[in-house]
Amino acid sequence: MNSAYDVSHFLAGLMLVASFALLYQDRILAVLRTFAVQAIILALAVAWEAWVQDRPHLFITAGLAFGLKGFVIPMALHRMIFRLGIHREVEQVVGVGLTMLFGLGLVALSLSLTLKATTGAPSLAREGLAIALAIILLGLLMMITRRNAVTQIIGFMSIENGLILGATGARGMPLVVEISVAFSVLIALFVFAVFVFRIRERFDTVDVAALESVRGDRQ
Amino acid sequence: MSPGVYALIAIPFAAAAILVVLPGYRLTAALNVLASFLTFLAGLNLLRIEPGADPYLIVDDVNIVFIILNTLVGFTAAWFSASYIGHEIETGRVTALSVRFYHAMYQAMIGAMNVALLSNNIGLLWVGLELATLITVVMVGLYRTPEAIEAAWKYFILGSVGISLAFFGTILAYLAGQATLGDGLPAMSWTLLHANAGKLDVALLNLAFVFLLVGYGTKVGLAPLHAWLPDAHSEGPTPISAVLSGLLLNVALYALLRFKMLIAANPLAMRPGPILIVMGLVSLIFAAFMLYQRRDIKRLFAYSSIEHMGLITFAFGMGGPLANFAGLLHMTMHSLTKSAIFFAVGHVAQAKGTQRIADINGLSITHPALAIGLGAGVLAIAGLPPFGIFMSEFLILTTTFAREPWLAPLPAFGLVLAFGALLLRMQGMLFGAAGGASHTVKASPFPFAFHLVLVLIAGLYLPGSLVNWFERAAEFLG
Amino acid sequence: MLPSLTSFLGQGMQMVLVLVLAPGIAGLTRIVKARLMRRRGPPLLQPYHDLHKLIRKEAIIAESASWLFRVAPYLIFAFSWVAAALVPTFATGLMFSWTGDVIVIIALLGSARFFQTLAGMDVGTAFGGIGSSREVMIATLAEPAMLLVVLNLALAAGSSRLPAIADHFVAQPLAIRISLALALMSLVIVALAENARIPVDNPATHLELTMVHEAMVLEYSGRHLAMIEAASQLKLVMYISLIVCLFLPFGIATVNDGFLAWIAGFAIFAGKLSLTAILLGVWEVSIAKMRVFRVSEFLSVAFIFAFLAIMLSFLTQEVLR
Repeated sequence: MNSAYDVSHFLAGLMLVASFALLYQDRILAVLRTFAVQAIILALAVAWEAWVQDRPHLFITAGLAFGLKGFVIPMALHRMIFRLGIHREVEQVVGVGLTMLFGLGLVALSLSLTLKATTGAPSLAREGLAIALAIILLGLLMMITRRNAVTQIIGFMSIENGLILGATGARGMPLVVEISVAFSVLIALFVFAVFVFRIRERFDTVDVAALESVRGDRQ
Repeated sequence: MSPGVYALIAIPFAAAAILVVLPGYRLTAALNVLASFLTFLAGLNLLRIEPGADPYLIVDDVNIVFIILNTLVGFTAAWFSASYIGHEIETGRVTALSVRFYHAMYQAMIGAMNVALLSNNIGLLWVGLELATLITVVMVGLYRTPEAIEAAWKYFILGSVGISLAFFGTILAYLAGQATLGDGLPAMSWTLLHANAGKLDVALLNLAFVFLLVGYGTKVGLAPLHAWLPDAHSEGPTPISAVLSGLLLNVALYALLRFKMLIAANPLAMRPGPILIVMGLVSLIFAAFMLYQRRDIKRLFAYSSIEHMGLITFAFGMGGPLANFAGLLHMTMHSLTKSAIFFAVGHVAQAKGTQRIADINGLSITHPALAIGLGAGVLAIAGLPPFGIFMSEFLILTTTFAREPWLAPLPAFGLVLAFGALLLRMQGMLFGAAGGASHTVKASPFPFAFHLVLVLIAGLYLPGSLVNWFERAAEFLG
Repeated sequence: MLPSLTSFLGQGMQMVLVLVLAPGIAGLTRIVKARLMRRRGPPLLQPYHDLHKLIRKEAIIAESASWLFRVAPYLIFAFSWVAAALVPTFATGLMFSWTGDVIVIIALLGSARFFQTLAGMDVGTAFGGIGSSREVMIATLAEPAMLLVVLNLALAAGSSRLPAIADHFVAQPLAIRISLALALMSLVIVALAENARIPVDNPATHLELTMVHEAMVLEYSGRHLAMIEAASQLKLVMYISLIVCLFLPFGIATVNDGFLAWIAGFAIFAGKLSLTAILLGVWEVSIAKMRVFRVSEFLSVAFIFAFLAIMLSFLTQEVLR
């Protein structure tokens, strides 16, 4: 058994489990905590890749994931939720059980798709890519089936986590550090922007169903 | 890489840095226009230098067209924005503080778009496009009204999802190139990928293209990925609508075309043409139908943008030198005309104090100059001769008739539908009894007039050098 | 092939062993819970006394009960005992090990549950109906998860017979395998649900509306109740020894290893059993019971984990080919 593969498979599998855990939660604070856990696992996975592939600048990506997404952003969102009085139940479009079953279908789809498409690539890359695509699709599912603006941000950030996992698995991809910095900036900017724009201030809830007063098709 | 190329990136970002610290509206507006003009000159400079490529940047026949168009519209939109935003400050729709960042963000956005257009590295292309999108999202929410925030949020969510999928496609493209070109920078260089396209892994390439199509296609506004576009256009300030329609859609289309060229160069990979044709037609006909029900003037023209981008995508999907030429020409004409229309619409909305079409009537009586401008613009975008859009639409339709005759009725049908809707609305707005509010607007006619004159000239006579230039680009597009 | 005397003896010992240990394990869990809640709790051997008392008491049967009501306890006890006896505890390769297929065990437990639910509804009380319907709902969600776990392990080991799986995993080198971790968690959730433990059901509750398993046996008394109690204790032991056999099979002897290896195997098995019972007690004290409609989500987590485990092991197989 190749231990480099084992550990990265383990960490990638844990991230996938964390994605499902994100779908399972029905309270916002639990969602934030689960996301922080997923970010920390991502940091470990990237650090492992940095060590195994001997590319020390990936440690910066790992550090960013750990610090920014594991602590700063969840804490900022936490403060924001209390400050703006956003109510803490997550409204759902479809029930939890059904959502998770869809999630299973998406995981199966992404595994079969990626494995078929990457027959020539090295094994660590195939694995990382398959699970990365699964995490991305699960993040998309979360964005679609949850009606709360904060969970939509979290869903998007978990998509990012999947992307970074995929990018580090692709051996030697340059700019990964720069791109992960770009992503982190994007998200930090948006967490800040939501805070500043005070979505809560304009609406009584951050439920995006209430945001749909301006439906383009009716205008 | 000649230093003139770097100017295209350095000038906007330097200007952005300066604009952040300067106070006062008039000074920053003037600086904004000046910086945009300098960027435009740097763009024109590209015509003089040798095409070439290094690992990060590339200058070739295709992107010179896009860059010059971009910088030109960036300049005229900056000019328009100067007078428009002045009015908005007076009426209190925008606070002075937000305006300060507005100009800095405008320049940063132009810089980011130039980065995307100039980049040879597919990752850098992605970064530039993402940065530009991010900045436009913030600018769409400038007015801070509930509708603006909702539009900005929707744009953010859909745009970010599109961007993530495009990034995944980029990773896949890198993996496709990695087997042949090795690790690191070479496998991300577009020129090297294109040169070795025949040896790239076919399955990976196909999957990559699908993701890139969905990701970048969202930013082009192809149906069914277009949902962000009408809201972003209607709720943001008008200069941003002009920038979105005239610039950002083009840059996203450029990214899509780069990858189309890549996959087309591999004979075993899937053919990108049919997919682009289908998506283009769907956008075209869908938008044409939607035009009839729009009650907000900016939303109306937003759907018109979707329609025209659909037509352009259709033309590029057809492929071949003539269709590509027509597509490039239409893209240029559309950028110029649509931004001109938004210039006019912006002032119309200010004059009438509303964006609702039902409340805008009798413009020819109350604001005759604006009425003429808007009327000319609508005639141009609807595809009437002697404006340039008629020329490019005609070319597209004739090529389609020649190559795939059974396909041709579809775009023709869409175009006729759109024509009807636009003329119907224009008639309601320009003619009839004057009603509703009426404010004076001090507008500079230069940007609008400049664009329309260009479009008019292009409709009558295309200079030979321009034709040659477009033909070379069309050839390269494959 | 005639079974050898040792394997016959070993199988007999295993059957007696699980029967004797079962009440003790239940008692151990109970006393751990009590001590953690700072009570003295009943003595460790109390379940034996309870069973003894119940056997000697008269069994009162309602007038509306049918023959099923009288027959069910014996059937339930028989099925549970056979299932518990088939799981390898201290040695593999015993006389009936050729039938020790996990699917057989699931089928035996399913039959026991079938009779249990029918008996619960037999007398016609409302609480019996509640208990039976909840029990069947839980089973509907838990059984697929368990089958998937079995499938995962069987795919890895090449056979669904328990001794074969145990032998396969004993021979593996120590390695981190996330699919096994997920399968373990899934099986633990299923075990908690099937044995009516917190967070799915509270075994010590006296409020009928919160009961699942207890509600089905409200009408039983005397020797019938003794059989049913013994059956549920056997079920607990069976699940624990199943988990131990599949995931922690170290120390298991084979049938021909000799008496000393058997003693060692038994000691290790008793140790694992007690440890698990203690952990179960600690777990039950630390967590709250879920509301009934959340139970289905909880069990779907088990299903998801089991499915994920299979997909991940499939991924590993494909990628390392």
